[in-house]
Amino acid sequence: MAGAALPGRLNWLIAEAGEIVEETDRVRSIILDCPGWPGHLPGQHIDVRLTAEDGYQAQRSYSISAPADGEQVVITVELVADGEVSPFLIEDLRVGDQIEIRGPIGGYFVWEPSRGGPLQLIGGGSGVAPLMAMLRELVRSGSDVPVRYLSSARSHEDLIFRQELESITSEAEEVEVLHTLTRSQPPDWTGLIGRVNRVMLAQHVWPAFTRPLCYVCGPTGFVETVASTLVALGHQPGRIKTERFGPTS
Amino acid sequence: MDSERHLDGNALAGILYDLFGREMTHECGCCAQCGSTNQLGAVRVYRAAGDVLRCPDCDDVLMVIVPDARGMRVSFESIRWLRVTTGTHK
Repeated sequence: MAGAALPGRLNWLIAEAGEIVEETDRVRSIILDCPGWPGHLPGQHIDVRLTAEDGYQAQRSYSISAPADGEQVVITVELVADGEVSPFLIEDLRVGDQIEIRGPIGGYFVWEPSRGGPLQLIGGGSGVAPLMAMLRELVRSGSDVPVRYLSSARSHEDLIFRQELESITSEAEEVEVLHTLTRSQPPDWTGLIGRVNRVMLAQHVWPAFTRPLCYVCGPTGFVETVASTLVALGHQPGRIKTERFGPTS
Repeated sequence: MDSERHLDGNALAGILYDLFGREMTHECGCCAQCGSTNQLGAVRVYRAAGDVLRCPDCDDVLMVIVPDARGMRVSFESIRWLRVTTGTHK
């Protein structure tokens, strides 16, 4: 239950779905209005708790995909077919519905402009969510940290935030955005093709000698491949932050 | 170990907050087995009935956290030390 704030304790807060953006067939962004929200840093996440009529509770973590903005919290959720929480958030949640959240949580996978760069963001599937919070904060703050953003998706239809990324790159010259499509590509596709591999990372990621800060988020197998390849390419393990969200299903 | 199945310590940020009463994923712990130090957000986490935290360098079990009826039960296995930054409440 949401209650008075206790020190040393994360309290559950009531948040209301203010707006819902369908990003792809399987992914939606939910803009939550949460009275009492204390603010957050790009890369942090929230716990979402659902309670059934019989009292059964299910709880999951979701990355926040937009920087702090008053009492607003934006999460970008991908449907997990046999999940307990995401099917409700994707298929049933309507504007005006209330859910319980707590946070912000996580101090490890966090970037803010004062941490500098160059910044390398690499996301697989909906793993782009926390990276988008970082990129949006970079743009909003007017930071001159140069950033490269590389995302991997199955098809053009599965690319999340594509239009917003196009408008960011057309206005901010320090931002470079690349996508790779692993399963199918439209006929006029000019981006990358295939799974992220050593050659792709060697060609398109900031070279190791520039000492970039790398943030890698996605399914566990994707993150394993990217992080180990970055180390093999000479990047310092201490400058590679990872966030895995489990096996792909 | 099945490399497809583990998460990292970020996934336990909420549980670790419940346990320690503060944000812990950016704090460092030392593995008693191999001596390496890692931020808790970077350790390997295997989730089942409970959560098993393993050293990302030697795979030894650092901690096990199991929920029970009143909260959770924690065993500290190969944790030599944990460093906690005081004076911050992020």
